[in-house]
Amino acid sequence: MKSCLIVDDSKVIRMVARKILHELSFTTVEAEDGQQALDRCKEALPDAVLLDWNMPVMNGIDFLRELRKLPGGDKPVVVFCTTENDIDHIQEAITAGANEYIMKPFDSEILQAKFSQVGLL
Amino acid sequence: MRPEDFDFIAKLLKDRSGLVITRDKAYLLESRLTPVARKRGLKGLDDLVASLRTAGEDLLREVTEAMTTNESFFFRDIKPFDQFKDVVLPAMLKTRAAKKSFRIWSAASSSGQEAYSLAMILKEEAPKMPGWRVEIVGTDISNEMLEKAKAGLYSQFEVQRGLPIQLLVKYFKKNNEMWQIDPSIRAMVQFREYNLLHDLKSLGQFDVVFCRNVLIYFDQPTKGRVLDNISKIIPDDGFLYLGGAETVLGISDKFKPIPEQRGIYCRNLGGASAAPSGFGGVR
Ligand SMILES: C[S@@+](CC[C@H](N)C(=O)[O-])C[C@H]1O[C@@H](n2cnc3c(N)ncnc32)[C@H](O)[C@@H]1O
Repeated sequence: MKSCLIVDDSKVIRMVARKILHELSFTTVEAEDGQQALDRCKEALPDAVLLDWNMPVMNGIDFLRELRKLPGGDKPVVVFCTTENDIDHIQEAITAGANEYIMKPFDSEILQAKFSQVGLL
Repeated sequence: MRPEDFDFIAKLLKDRSGLVITRDKAYLLESRLTPVARKRGLKGLDDLVASLRTAGEDLLREVTEAMTTNESFFFRDIKPFDQFKDVVLPAMLKTRAAKKSFRIWSAASSSGQEAYSLAMILKEEAPKMPGWRVEIVGTDISNEMLEKAKAGLYSQFEVQRGLPIQLLVKYFKKNNEMWQIDPSIRAMVQFREYNLLHDLKSLGQFDVVFCRNVLIYFDQPTKGRVLDNISKIIPDDGFLYLGGAETVLGISDKFKPIPEQRGIYCRNLGGASAAPSGFGGVR
């Protein structure tokens, strides 16, 4: 079973994502902001990260840059999942090392399509 | 709905587009044709059928179009497009090296995602094929879908189904809430109306044909007839793609599956060679 770290400050979004990911046979770990997510990654690197952008304490893009600096931190497949839907944000995410990008609102079909595109399914 | 009304519409649809509609799908007529009736100021389906019996071409066409299922997405099923890049395109580059050109047909192109996916692949591979000319033609029976395809405008939902984010950034621009495909990609594809039930010869020859997710709506004899017609415009070393739920087996002996390349078919030229010449990718 593959593991996915869900990073979002909204409890509701985390719950929706968790439900979809369990259906896709992922084990999940959750974090409410980038700092928590980074702590989780230092304990154990997940196979995938579903990542919000705007969060308190540490935002998604700063987390991603820190993650990529960790030993083995280039391995996890990072999929942004955010309301930011302009080219500039998407471009910035790709440059920082994101593998895919979901624009909210999303549903299980989109998440599934994106995860199979990056080879997670 | 009265049985004779159902039979009348079912026959009309089958004659015009090949669509087979069975009685258990009568609710589809309700849900898709009631809006057409309303638009014409008619009360409902019964009135629509009454006017259809004496209707002119416009209304018949509108009803036929309204009954088509147009769902499509970019790089649908992924694999066929990987195969195009890794197997079919290299075969074309080899067998067409002398004239440096070939033609691709998206035979039920709907809103254009299939044709544009191929255009994006060709654009990405362009450095490998200097001086080549590839023509992509998309056809459909639905004018509404053809207009959408030509405009190249897609919703946020549509660009997230199958399109890799790198290609979105590279080839699309945001236009209010919609995403529009780049003019350079749009210029690679021509869209025009064409009914698959008609004689296909006037379209010319196509080296690669994508005929995906449309035969499923037809009955066996119609599938067979369309496949036979397609075989007449594909050269002996051409390729045919069908959708994931479609096959030629038991329907037409003009094509046969290509071993290890699921969903791709080549001409069946009497059982001699297993694959078209220049087809080096398999085995
Ligand atoms: C489900 S879409 C398939 C789109 C695309 N090929 C794909 O696989 O995603 C089916 C399309 O076939 C078109 N169609 C149905 N009957 C047709 C006919 N007789 N001639 C041409 N197009 C037809 C419909 O209008 C519709 O846009």
